[in-house]
Amino acid sequence: MTAVLPSHPQRPEGGRLIDQFEYGLDAPICLTWELTYACNLACVHCLSSSGRRDPRELSTAEAEGVIDELQRMQVFYVNVGGGEPTVRPDFWHLLDYAIGHDVGVKFSTNGIKLDKARAAQLAATDYVDVQISLDGATAEVNDRVRGAGSFATATRALENLAEAGMKDFKVSVVVTRENVSQLDQFKALTDRYGAQLRITRFRPSGRGADVWDQLHPTQAQQRELYAWLLANGEKVLTGDSFFHLSALGESLPGLNLCGAGRVVCLIDPVGDVYACPFAIHENFLAGNVRDEGGFQRVWQQSELFADLRSPQTGGACTKCAHFDACRGGCMAAKFFTGLPLDGPDPECVQGYGETALAARDLGLGTPKSHIDHSHTGPVRGQPTLLGMPAIPAKACDESPLAGLTLG
Amino acid sequence: MTAAPAFDPALPWRQSRSVALRPEPFGALVYSFANRKLSFLKSKLLVSVVTSLADHPTAEAALVACGVPEAQRGAYVKALADLARSQMIEVRP
Repeated sequence: MTAVLPSHPQRPEGGRLIDQFEYGLDAPICLTWELTYACNLACVHCLSSSGRRDPRELSTAEAEGVIDELQRMQVFYVNVGGGEPTVRPDFWHLLDYAIGHDVGVKFSTNGIKLDKARAAQLAATDYVDVQISLDGATAEVNDRVRGAGSFATATRALENLAEAGMKDFKVSVVVTRENVSQLDQFKALTDRYGAQLRITRFRPSGRGADVWDQLHPTQAQQRELYAWLLANGEKVLTGDSFFHLSALGESLPGLNLCGAGRVVCLIDPVGDVYACPFAIHENFLAGNVRDEGGFQRVWQQSELFADLRSPQTGGACTKCAHFDACRGGCMAAKFFTGLPLDGPDPECVQGYGETALAARDLGLGTPKSHIDHSHTGPVRGQPTLLGMPAIPAKACDESPLAGLTLG
Repeated sequence: MTAAPAFDPALPWRQSRSVALRPEPFGALVYSFANRKLSFLKSKLLVSVVTSLADHPTAEAALVACGVPEAQRGAYVKALADLARSQMIEVRP
């Protein structure tokens, strides 16, 4: 395999791995593949604005073609998500197909399809990892953003997996202003099911942009989170997503680098390839797996990815004493809050983000993605964060006697 | 599962059978299908050492045959020891 990177800075010989990664790899280390935009939920902070299925979704045969290509490129595992990937009727077939072709699968689900039979099937399958999404350690906190009944669905799936003897499954939490104080509770909940805790950073992507101001952790909470990670980092997974916190001092374990288009990328349900799962916007669209040359050509030859594959040399951040620690933070977080990509992250822990946010020309607005598959009508168990009235998840979730005083 | 034995460069070694090696511009990415660990070989010379371990009576002999400079032998032995610990290379029977 040869990466063609014409007229771009020359890769140095030797040195640190992180410096090599900035110049990109011949194939991603792992990639995210969202199988469908369809979802039974309507989480307020959905990174991909999912809800309705896109009619142009990759067919089963096309999805198998992508897996064949990943096998040829020696991409050893993919993070599968959505939408809710398990609502695709061919989900279980594609899972087996990937595993049979040396492409391991880690998939994220809200748990809707993980009944006892599926849990037993997963427990008996090697090379598959399951992550159940939960954004509150209590139903109260979780359901406000993920929708009424979603905590019960997730914990039922966790019970089923534990009962089936599944090993190493994960509870995946997006850290918000409302749940950051529950980290110890999350850890306890996860331990109770014999699972592993994975926490990741909330980004202003998809519908996340609409609730960013309300839900992103405050500066004080960022410091709390950093302290918690230093104390518990060995026991929790983070997807290396909190590297912006490294500017507080000690580097966090993992890759402290934006991997977009360099070591990771996203394939969306219609086959579009974006630099990262948090960057579904035409500015970060590198190509489509249906194009001639397929995914490999997009990864190795797209102009966008070539541009992303060089170290940042200019901009305000490179003059900061902490630049080597945080590398300027998250590209998607800057972009969707209307900040320049070579400046500070909106959550810069040195406070430069707040200054930059205050200096924005609000008349220009923030960039919006034109890709939106959000449900257009009411959804069962609608989240209540936005103050909309909830439709009960099931009629019997509310007592028929509510409000009645007997006796 | 028994713990991998400490690395002894005087023994015959090979790239583990459950490991796949993907060439990269700086060296290679190694992946173990057995323990699902990912690791990186940070130089092309280290890639030649790992892939030729099986052709030599000892790991030391592989280092010499691949032309690893005397001054770097220590660093290469340490790199091989790390790979042995994560079961990316194994002792040949």
